[in-house]
Amino acid sequence: MSRVAETDVIIIGGGIVGASAALMLALRGQRVVLLERDFCGSRSSGVNYGGVRRQGRSLVQLPLSQRAHELWSDLPGLIGIDGEYVRSGHLKLARSDADMAKLQAWADAAADFDLGVELLDHGQLRQRFAWVGDVAVGASLCSGDGHANPRLVSPAFAAAARRAGARIVEQVQALAFDHDGQAFEVSCSNGERLRAPWLLNCAGAWANHIAEQFGEHVPMTSGHPAMLVTEPLPVVMDVSTGVEGGGIYARQVARGNCVLGGGQGFALDPLRARPGQLATLDILRNAVELYPFLHGAQAIRTWSGTEGYLPDREPVIGHSQAQPGLIHAFGFAGAGFQIGPAVGEALSQLIVEGRSRAPIDAFSIQRFSPLELHKGRSLS
Amino acid sequence: MSAVVIVGAGPAGIRAAQTLAAHGLRPCLVDEAQQGGGQVYRRAPGNFQRPANQLYGFEARKAQAVHQTLDAMSAQIDYRPDTLVWNAEDGHLHTLSQQRVGTVQYDRLLIATGATDRILPVPGWTLPGVYSLGAAQIALKAQGCAIGEQVVFAGSGPLLYLVAYQYAKAGARVLAVLDSSPFGAQVAALPRLLLQPATLAKGLYYRAWLTAHGIAVHQGATLVEVVGEQKVEAVHWQRAGSRHSLACDGLAFAHALRSETQLADLLGCQFSWSPLNRAWLPSRDQAGRSSVPGVYLAGDGAGIMGADAAEMAGERAALALLEDMGITIDRVRGTQLERQLARIQGFRAGLEAAFPFPEQWASQAPDDLMLCRCEEISVGEVRQVVAQGHTDINRVKAHCRVGMGRCQGRMCGSAAVEIIAQAAACPPQQVGRLRAQAPIKPLPFGVEVQP
Repeated sequence: MSRVAETDVIIIGGGIVGASAALMLALRGQRVVLLERDFCGSRSSGVNYGGVRRQGRSLVQLPLSQRAHELWSDLPGLIGIDGEYVRSGHLKLARSDADMAKLQAWADAAADFDLGVELLDHGQLRQRFAWVGDVAVGASLCSGDGHANPRLVSPAFAAAARRAGARIVEQVQALAFDHDGQAFEVSCSNGERLRAPWLLNCAGAWANHIAEQFGEHVPMTSGHPAMLVTEPLPVVMDVSTGVEGGGIYARQVARGNCVLGGGQGFALDPLRARPGQLATLDILRNAVELYPFLHGAQAIRTWSGTEGYLPDREPVIGHSQAQPGLIHAFGFAGAGFQIGPAVGEALSQLIVEGRSRAPIDAFSIQRFSPLELHKGRSLS
Repeated sequence: MSAVVIVGAGPAGIRAAQTLAAHGLRPCLVDEAQQGGGQVYRRAPGNFQRPANQLYGFEARKAQAVHQTLDAMSAQIDYRPDTLVWNAEDGHLHTLSQQRVGTVQYDRLLIATGATDRILPVPGWTLPGVYSLGAAQIALKAQGCAIGEQVVFAGSGPLLYLVAYQYAKAGARVLAVLDSSPFGAQVAALPRLLLQPATLAKGLYYRAWLTAHGIAVHQGATLVEVVGEQKVEAVHWQRAGSRHSLACDGLAFAHALRSETQLADLLGCQFSWSPLNRAWLPSRDQAGRSSVPGVYLAGDGAGIMGADAAEMAGERAALALLEDMGITIDRVRGTQLERQLARIQGFRAGLEAAFPFPEQWASQAPDDLMLCRCEEISVGEVRQVVAQGHTDINRVKAHCRVGMGRCQGRMCGSAAVEIIAQAAACPPQQVGRLRAQAPIKPLPFGVEVQP
């Protein structure tokens, strides 16, 4: 029988949330083992669009998002690389007056958070961002937001956690979970067994399977954003962009490549996804209306990922209702990259300090328990 | 009627189409080029007047036969030239033709996507005036022009001597042929090369012809560097420890060929490591069936065997396809083709021994050598990522962008594998293979959709 390795915290999932939690816990002297069945940051945390934005988030996410904004401000200090992070600003375009009113409403509602959001009418938009297509009637600019390279940033969180003393185990899967009343015991695909009083479920789009092992059901579904990148182009876009009401989002990296996303792809199997030709062609045809300079540019690569969505598009963050010691953090609805480091920190606070400094009650898994639904509690 | 589609109108694709048509099917033959023939039998534009024997030399008859076969089938097949397959999903190919995208539905698919040169970069390889061997040959065959007035050919593989010969015949001044394989290797490989005496004789003929015409042929010669300000001005090479310099205005180089496997990958075909090709290739049975039901593989796209084998493999895979449809075929013919292909495979092993892969290339590559020209990634940058503990090529790509650019690793992928394997001190198959991602080749914004 294999030896059981004792530790303080076992983390399932080496995405940006799990790796940040590993880093923050290790920095606070906790013994951590992180299990990643693939490579850290190789799933949605590493293949997402790379938007680092607060603009447009639900108000309940803004405290965490603001804390994340502080953490991102010293990325090299935190993870040792700049990750191509730039505070370029995030420009959210409106295609109609009604959409413009929605942007205004969000800016008003978020006013307390002091995000420095600026509403631009058509003239101001044309003057400041002449490369935006005429289809936009106005926009909302959050100049402190930006973008980064997720392929570099997310694995770097895991590397930093390792340097801080966490044990990061890649290409090993957690196969079975037990709890004997005292601690969790996790059997791993490499034959190892781990034992710890805390278990963090940061398994992204697959986290519901782990919750289910403890009898906790969450109605999570998977999304597969269609993404593509162009060959390097003259640098034109000086902000990351999105569109009110959804549609195409785009940014340009220093090398000149434009990264665009929009629409949904499909799952190839439970682990892999593709953007699909429909969504790819939709981007190629529709993007030029928003970004006319792209006409005739070549898309050189497409990709997708697998993201977890809950019905209210809010994540689950916090203690399990079924198993003491189990903490969940998943279901970020395609918007976990920016907020991830602050979620990791909140998880470390839950363990070390007993509570998260930023409010996370709105993200409790309790909102999906049958009892709560029976009461007809509103999810919003 | 069930839809049968062939991708690639080279020798494999054309023979496959002919076989299917002869059994009463009307296959759709999709090809990226404007005219069929593939790279090896690439046709000059219609208004060019050079005769076939000048364009194709010894292969003129075969080239003409392949072209005539295609031309004669025009009423029996649905031939779609100038059509790039950029994606495949859900029983459909997605195409780009004249800035319009379209869809081709298939029930059965035969992939004959051919090959490109295998490039092992040397310092200066991105200077204007440096071409791959295949590109130099295409310039001559399809455009009727040479890559320079004073040209050096380097690398290894049968194409090396053939292209040098074709250039000299066409009137270009060939300064030297720098063959990285040692003479001893070719002698040792002779028994297996004799499996195809005619092919061997042609190879020997090219060499002898070059020597007889005063063209220097250096064996065991390593191309070290290409130098020049704005374009190629000279090449540096070495043999047995001594360095040489040769002024020139054109260089063509490559180390044999690599298969174009992206379509098979997108379709989910299983791959296996081929030591002979030093590459992961889509698995197939002797007849050409891939691991995916209804998907067949033929020609150099499934493993480098040359044009003659491609014709046979195209026919063999088409017979397998017909048989799987329940159509009666000549089984004796199938067996005969398989036997011939096995013989060529033996010859191919001999060629690999005669023109061995330059194993020392990776260890000799300097850190500042540009490996991935699309993304401008140096050998040293790749080695750094390996030093951080990454050895899977897709992870290395994610960390330093090697193979992430316009060519999607079609040019630099083979060399990147070698550099990673050398840096990680592991065999190249452990590095894995670049995952194919659509589009197979770039796709423009503003495309129109076929009505």
